[in-house]
Amino acid sequence: MSKELPLSGLLVLEFSQFMAGPSAGLKLADLGARVIKIERPGSGEAGRKIAIKNMFIGEDSLVFHTINRNKESYTANLKDPTDLQKVKQLIRHADVMTHNFRPGVMEKLGLAYAAVRNIHPKLIYADVLGYGKEGPWANKPGQDLLIQSVSGLTYLTGNKDDAPTPMGLAASDMFTGGHLVQGILAALIQREKTGIGCQVSVSLLESTLDMQFEALTTYLNAEDQAFKRAVKGSAHPFLGAPYGVYKTKDGYLAIAMMPLVKLATALKVELPSDFKAPSSRFEKRDGIMAFFQKILLGETSQSWQEKLEAQGIWCAEVLDYDRLLNYEGFKVLGMDQKVFTSDGTKIHTTRCPVRMDGERIFSGKSAPKAGEHTRAIEKEFDLV
Amino acid sequence: MKRPLEDILVLDFSQFLSGPSASLRLADLGARVIKIEQPGSGDSCRALYASNVEMNGDSSIFHAINRNKQSYQVNLKEGPGREKVYRLIQKADIVIHNFRPGVAERLGIGYAQVKEINPEVVYGEISGYGKEGPWKNRPGQDLLVQAISGLMQLSGNAGAGPVPMGLAVVDLLAGIHLSQGLLACLYRKMRSGQGGLVEVSMLESISEFQFESVTTYYQDGGQALERTKISNAHPLLGAPYGLYQTADGYLALAMGSIPQLGALLKCDDLLRFRTVDSWFDRRDEIKEILKQHLLSATTTAWLAVLEPADIWCADVLTWDRLFDHDAFKVLQMIQEVRMSDGYCFKTTRCPIRINDQFLTSELGTPKLGEHTTLIDQELAMK
Repeated sequence: MSKELPLSGLLVLEFSQFMAGPSAGLKLADLGARVIKIERPGSGEAGRKIAIKNMFIGEDSLVFHTINRNKESYTANLKDPTDLQKVKQLIRHADVMTHNFRPGVMEKLGLAYAAVRNIHPKLIYADVLGYGKEGPWANKPGQDLLIQSVSGLTYLTGNKDDAPTPMGLAASDMFTGGHLVQGILAALIQREKTGIGCQVSVSLLESTLDMQFEALTTYLNAEDQAFKRAVKGSAHPFLGAPYGVYKTKDGYLAIAMMPLVKLATALKVELPSDFKAPSSRFEKRDGIMAFFQKILLGETSQSWQEKLEAQGIWCAEVLDYDRLLNYEGFKVLGMDQKVFTSDGTKIHTTRCPVRMDGERIFSGKSAPKAGEHTRAIEKEFDLV
Repeated sequence: MKRPLEDILVLDFSQFLSGPSASLRLADLGARVIKIEQPGSGDSCRALYASNVEMNGDSSIFHAINRNKQSYQVNLKEGPGREKVYRLIQKADIVIHNFRPGVAERLGIGYAQVKEINPEVVYGEISGYGKEGPWKNRPGQDLLVQAISGLMQLSGNAGAGPVPMGLAVVDLLAGIHLSQGLLACLYRKMRSGQGGLVEVSMLESISEFQFESVTTYYQDGGQALERTKISNAHPLLGAPYGLYQTADGYLALAMGSIPQLGALLKCDDLLRFRTVDSWFDRRDEIKEILKQHLLSATTTAWLAVLEPADIWCADVLTWDRLFDHDAFKVLQMIQEVRMSDGYCFKTTRCPIRINDQFLTSELGTPKLGEHTTLIDQELAMK
């Protein structure tokens, strides 16, 4: 019954390193493509050494393993003419190639789109940049936290008096990788119609601005452009009360947007007349949030959630991994999987979040060691 | 310019942000997107009492998400309305919805029903928490899914309590994942004639977003995540990773060697942290030293020392300061779009470039039902 994974038969060459490009490669791999990382001999891509919590699996960091599972590795020294020749031969077999070198690097190697297109017009050539190809920042390092910092993003999270607050994970990388996949897939669809490939480009900065598109559109068209995070429990600077996080007797409760009267009624309190005008949700946001905060301290999160949900209030207890991962509501998703390295080490990680034809997509294949598949690939494609 | 998804027809029954953000991307990539809106007020996001900025009768957020689309208003609960929708479905390449489990079926547009009419359809749906299990009927709202997913442990400093990300990150990711699945499936359809069903849930999408910290949790025996006391930017990374106050603003420092930083910044206290392990194990101590030291000069002064040495660092900008910068202007990230009544507004453009061309679009947001007559006429012609 099962249909083939949608991208089966496609060959992707990944010259990308670190997170953004490789996260796109992972998604293409999980959707059925064959992804070969092109890495430097010996140490492989630089992301192999970037560790979180000093955790390694063999030679490579755990984070490298999570973002590069389900791929193969071919090592080549792109500055060596013989190796470069082999890579160019391999490119002729590819449907897609991705890279995230700074502007100019691929040109020097003779692997810029203009050159590659001549030998392989059907190729989809994808580049991930930090800040776009031109302008004064074009050669700056495109690193996640730095992009978050220059993009304005850090002024959206946290409370009013907090310092600018970054998102505590590689948000720019992940969104950029997501956009790259969108562009690559659209280009593949176009190629089915026209027979011709194209170049797809994304940058961390443009993608991180796109991530803020709702807030930016609001900001660009508002008469008064000033905006503030809430004093306490802030969850979105452009949303009015009660939107935010509240402390309870034993933890925290998140409350989404809703009419204040509805919330007050559910909590069995009278909404002060001060807060009754619709505009007060914004103008008196901090006062309103403080008002509800006082009440919510009175009971446990679980108790509030049961009481409020029964009355159609959009709320949720704030969970940590210990609790989330053990809830039936999470377990039923089957969101985790185990992958095994070629020497048998088990890594417990997450799976592709997209379900296809009613099935979850699992893959037990781990990240490759640097150069693990070089010989097999040379033989298969007759690279000399 | 020719866009990659030209000639692709998308019927979008979804509301709010997750589904509509996916169809916005498809529209910018060249597809024709028709929003199917219910009688009365249409997509609830039009009136969403969320932003306090109303633009030409609808919320600013609705405009951001729904430009470059058409609106077809129809009552799905009545025979004639449903009949018209079925004829549209026959022509559609992609159908999208984000109703709670069971609702699409009741409206006659569940996958089985749609496939009956259009066997090759690429059908996408977004749920909050999947379609089975005890949470399936809970409201799939961004902040609530952030709360449940563990995401609020990652941002902010130790002791700050749960810190949500200040935008609708879950909706956006679910929209990205949906569009990826839809496009992959459409590619398969073009090659083999096989459409299919693409399902995404907000909770699965935001769990994958945390793949680093979830994998770490599984691998280290379930240790609790710890944010640093100050300058936290990622609970699993060592010093200096974070933002630091300077004499006149803030400085971002990504991964880097602590002794090298110490030498460049003339901060001798940092020279003793020689091992890479210590940059993680003693990160609170290192961050405290950096905090004290970096207050003594301006951001520009620090950048002038660090950038030439290839240290990963940056100024921390507000939108105002970013917009003034040539590096932002050269991106031409802001575009102006126009509605049929002449109302113009500014918004961001699609972040993807094809052959070095921007995918801009001048088409504004549709008024509720603006294209109903036009589309009815198109249907009558066939």
